[in-house]
Amino acid sequence: MNVLVCVKQIPDPNVPGKLDPQSKRLVREGVDVVLDPGDEHAVEAGLQVIEKDGGEATIISMGPPRAMEAIRRALAMGAHRGILVTDPGLENSDALSTARAIAGAIKGQTYDLIICGTESTDGSSGAVPAQLAELLGLPLLSFAKKLEVGDGKAQIDRQTDDGYDLVEAPLPAVVTVTGGINEARYPALRGIMQAKNKEVKQVGLQDMGLDGKAGQAALTEEVVEIKAAEARKAGEVVEDKGGGAKRVADYLAELKVI
Amino acid sequence: MAGIWVFAETVDGTPKPVVLELLTKARSLGEVTAVALGPSASKAIQTLGEYGAKKVYVHEDPAFRDVLATPAVDLLARLIEKDQPDLVLFGMTYDGRDVASRLSARLWTALIANASDVVNKDGGWAIVTPVFGGTVLVTTVPLAKAPTLVLIRPKAVAAEPASPASAPQVETLTDQVDTGTRAARVLRREKEKASGPKLEDAAIIVSGGRGLGAPENFKMLDELAAELGAAVGASRAVVDAGWKPYSFQIGQTGKTVKPSVYIAIGISGAMQHTVGMKGAKTIIAINKDPEAPIFKLADLGIVGDVHTIVPQLIQEVRSRKGK
Ligand SMILES: Cc1cc2nc3c(=O)[nH]c(=O)nc-3n(C[C@H](O)[C@H](O)[C@H](O)COP(=O)(O)OP(=O)(O)OC[C@H]3O[C@@H](n4cnc5c(N)ncnc54)[C@H](O)[C@@H]3O)c2cc1C
Ligand SMILES: Nc1ncnc2c1ncn2[C@@H]1O[C@H](COP(=O)(O)O)[C@@H](O)[C@H]1O
Repeated sequence: MNVLVCVKQIPDPNVPGKLDPQSKRLVREGVDVVLDPGDEHAVEAGLQVIEKDGGEATIISMGPPRAMEAIRRALAMGAHRGILVTDPGLENSDALSTARAIAGAIKGQTYDLIICGTESTDGSSGAVPAQLAELLGLPLLSFAKKLEVGDGKAQIDRQTDDGYDLVEAPLPAVVTVTGGINEARYPALRGIMQAKNKEVKQVGLQDMGLDGKAGQAALTEEVVEIKAAEARKAGEVVEDKGGGAKRVADYLAELKVI
Repeated sequence: MAGIWVFAETVDGTPKPVVLELLTKARSLGEVTAVALGPSASKAIQTLGEYGAKKVYVHEDPAFRDVLATPAVDLLARLIEKDQPDLVLFGMTYDGRDVASRLSARLWTALIANASDVVNKDGGWAIVTPVFGGTVLVTTVPLAKAPTLVLIRPKAVAAEPASPASAPQVETLTDQVDTGTRAARVLRREKEKASGPKLEDAAIIVSGGRGLGAPENFKMLDELAAELGAAVGASRAVVDAGWKPYSFQIGQTGKTVKPSVYIAIGISGAMQHTVGMKGAKTIIAINKDPEAPIFKLADLGIVGDVHTIVPQLIQEVRSRKGK
C-alpha cells in the first residue's frame, strides 16, 4: 500500500494573523510557521494505514523552500520520504494552481491512496483535495472521521450534519480527514534523528513539465479590498454575587423567552 | 440579464435551508435558475419558485443522492456549457463544497469559498469573505472566465420569499447518469440521536465550553435547554475532548448558527468560536473570568461560576414557568 499525504506549512495558528494592506495577502514574513495541525491528522491516518497493511508513506508539500521543515516534521512522525514542490513561478498560487502543481508532481508515482486535511487552517477553502481528485480522475472520500482500507477499496465514515454516512470507493482514491479521526502522534527523538536522513525530492515547474499556467500568472481571482468588519458592541457585564442567575432569568423574561 | 444559478440541494424533496438563502441572494443579482438533483427533487420546485427561481432543472436519478459529487459535476458541467451562466452559488455544505471544488477544476474557473455576500461591481462580481473570525472582510473579484463559483456560508443571508412568487419554467432531465466504476458510493446513513430542536434551526441555543469542567456537567445544559426549548451546542475544546460529538460544534470548523438568543456557558469566546455565533440577536455569557473575550460581544455577561449559576438559573426558569 503506497500512501501519499499532502501537507501544507502555515503561519502558527496560535498567533493572530495579519493581512498586508499593500499586497492584500497574509503576512508570512517574520511569522513562525508550522505543519498545519489539520494535516498532522492526515499524516497520522496515512501512517495507521501502512502500519496495518504494510507499504510506505510519501509526504508531498507545495510551498517555499522552508516548507521542507513541515515535510521533515511529517517524516519524523514516521513517513518514509518527501516531495517538496517549490518554484518561484508557483508563488501566490491559488487553490486550483496548487492542486495542479501537486497533480503534476504526483505523476509517475505509484500510489493507492492520497490523504489530505479537509481544509487548511490558514486558507480554509477546502478546495485543493477535490480539485486534485478531479485533475487525477479519482474518487474523493471527503470529511472522513474514520478510514478503513482493504480489498482494493477505501471506506470512510463521512461527517454529516446529524451523524455520518458510510461511503466506499475503489482505490486509488483521495481521502480528506477531519480532526476527529485520530490523535496525531508526537515525533519521538529517534524519529526526528531519522527524518534528517530521509530522502526529500525537490521538484519545480520544469521537472513537472508544467507551462507558465501557474502561480501568479494563473490566478483565477484577485483580492481587491480589505476592511474591518463592523464589531458587535459589548453590553452589560455584572459580577455574580448571588443574583447572577436571577439577572439572566429577568433578561430572558424581558426577551420573552420565558 | 445575468444568469445566476443556484445549486439547490434537497433532502427527500425539501430544499436545505441554505438553498432558500442562496435564492434570496441570487434574485437580487439576476435571473435565477435552480438545479435540483436526486430522488423527489421535483417536489422542491414550488418552494424554489417561491424564493425566486425562474427556471428549474430537475433530474431525479438516485445516483445524485448515492454517489458523491461526480454525477452532479458531470451534469452541471454539461448544463453550464450549454447555458453559460455568469455565476453559480453553492451552500458551504459538505456536498456543496465537494461539487463546487471539483467543478472549478473541471472548468478551470474561479472558486471562492466561505463567502458571506456577492455584489455587483463594475459590471462584474465582487465576493465578500469574512476572515480572522469575521473581524476582517476581504473582497475578491474573479479573473477567470465565467461562471464564477461561490460557496456561501449558511446563515450569511436571511432567506425571504420573493413577491410575487414565480411559477418556474421546469426542465426535467432524464438522460442516463453514468457513474463509472471510480465512484464514491454511500452505503449507509447513520443519524446520531438528538432531542429538541436542531442547532441550525433553534431560536435559543445553550452552548457549553471547557469551563463546564467535565462531560457529565453537560447534563445541566440539557436540563436548562429542555426548560427553554433550546438546542445544545458546544465549543471545539469540548468536542476535541470527546465530551460531545462533532455535530454539536459551533464555529469556524463547525456550524454557523443565528438564534435569537445564544447563551455561552464556560466558553472563552475565541475568534474561531465567535465567528459561528456572533450573528445571534442576543448573546448572554456566563464565565468566571472577567477578561474573557466573550464579554466583548455579550449583551449580558455574568462573571461567576457556572456550577452555582446554572443550577440556580434552571430553578429560576422553572419557578417563573410556574413549576
Ligand atoms: C483553525 C482553528 C479552527 C477552530 N475552530 C473552532 C470552532 O469551530 N469552534 C470552536 O469553538 N473553537 C474552534 N477553535 C478553537 C478555539 O480557538 C478555542 O480554542 C476554543 O473555542 C476554546 O473553547 P472553550 O471556550 O470551551 O475553552 P477555553 O478557551 O479553555 O475556555 C474555557 C472558559 O471557561 C471559563 N471557565 C472555566 N471554569 C469556569 C467555571 N467554573 N465557571 C465559569 N467559567 C469557567 C474560563 O474562564 C474560560 O474562559 C479553532 C481553532 C483553530 C486554530
Ligand atoms: N500547498 C500545499 N501543499 C500540499 N498540500 C496542500 C497544499 N495546500 C493544501 N493542501 C492540502 O489540501 C488540504 C486542504 O487545503 P485547502 O484547500 O487549502 O483548504 C490541506 O489540508 C492539505 O492536505
